[in-house]
Amino acid sequence: MKCEELLKLLNEYVDGTVDPAICTEFEQHMAGCNPCQVVVDNIRKTITLYKNGQPCELPVECRDRLHAVLRERWNQAPPAK
Amino acid sequence: MPHTVPDSQLVRRAKAGELAAFEELVSRHERQIYTRAFRILQNSHDAEDVTQQAFLSAVENLGQFREESSFATWLYRIATFAALKLIRKRKGLDTISLEAATEPQEDYASIPHPEYIADWRQSPEQLVHRHETRQLLDDALAQLDEKHRLVFVLRDVEGLSVAETAATLELSEANVKVRLLRARLQLREQLTQTLGNPARRLVHEHHHH
Repeated sequence: MKCEELLKLLNEYVDGTVDPAICTEFEQHMAGCNPCQVVVDNIRKTITLYKNGQPCELPVECRDRLHAVLRERWNQAPPAK
Repeated sequence: MPHTVPDSQLVRRAKAGELAAFEELVSRHERQIYTRAFRILQNSHDAEDVTQQAFLSAVENLGQFREESSFATWLYRIATFAALKLIRKRKGLDTISLEAATEPQEDYASIPHPEYIADWRQSPEQLVHRHETRQLLDDALAQLDEKHRLVFVLRDVEGLSVAETAATLELSEANVKVRLLRARLQLREQLTQTLGNPARRLVHEHHHH
């Protein structure tokens, strides 16, 4: 396997959906190619960071407006019981 | 209200008409909804609008929510659709599809090779708690083309499958895959430039085994 081929299969490898035979080839390539190994590791960490990142703070005025609007709507038409 | 009260119980109380229970649900999820909307829309005003719409729609549809999924999943789905709808509206598109049919299909030949290759100086577990990290993640996401960003956010941030992402964006699965690869590689490049250890930078020699 060449580095370019590895690049095309990156998604499937990282997501664990790659065919087992290809997975072996992929790992053999990585064992002898440090840069590809680091790229795969970087990609995994990139995804983890986005998945586990902290949510933004909601600006206070925005939160107050949101709750006011929702209360008003609720009082006009509460969910059917 | 202690967080030990599960969402499902609050949902039942809200369905029975208890506003306080609904407000607790809003307080628990508003930051997540706002963040998701912001990641899709890249604009705080629009993100606020979508957050409001999503919760209003939750008030209106709570009676029909059959609790087959968690409240969070149900709500996040509503918010995602509201955000995508706003994007379509912004573009003046009436069609459901997010792009013109003439948009060329991307292929793997044009995928750029990784350039800055280096181990990161810190683990994601350490980075997640740093204030600067969120700014870095937001900045990197903002630099993606919208078509790549949407695929990445739905698939990797929201956790939809490739098939679900394709259905939501009305794209082929092949197109989702190639866009996802592009997005992941571009984000990797960007984050590694800041987070990578320059002393351990590697050069890719494109060797052929």
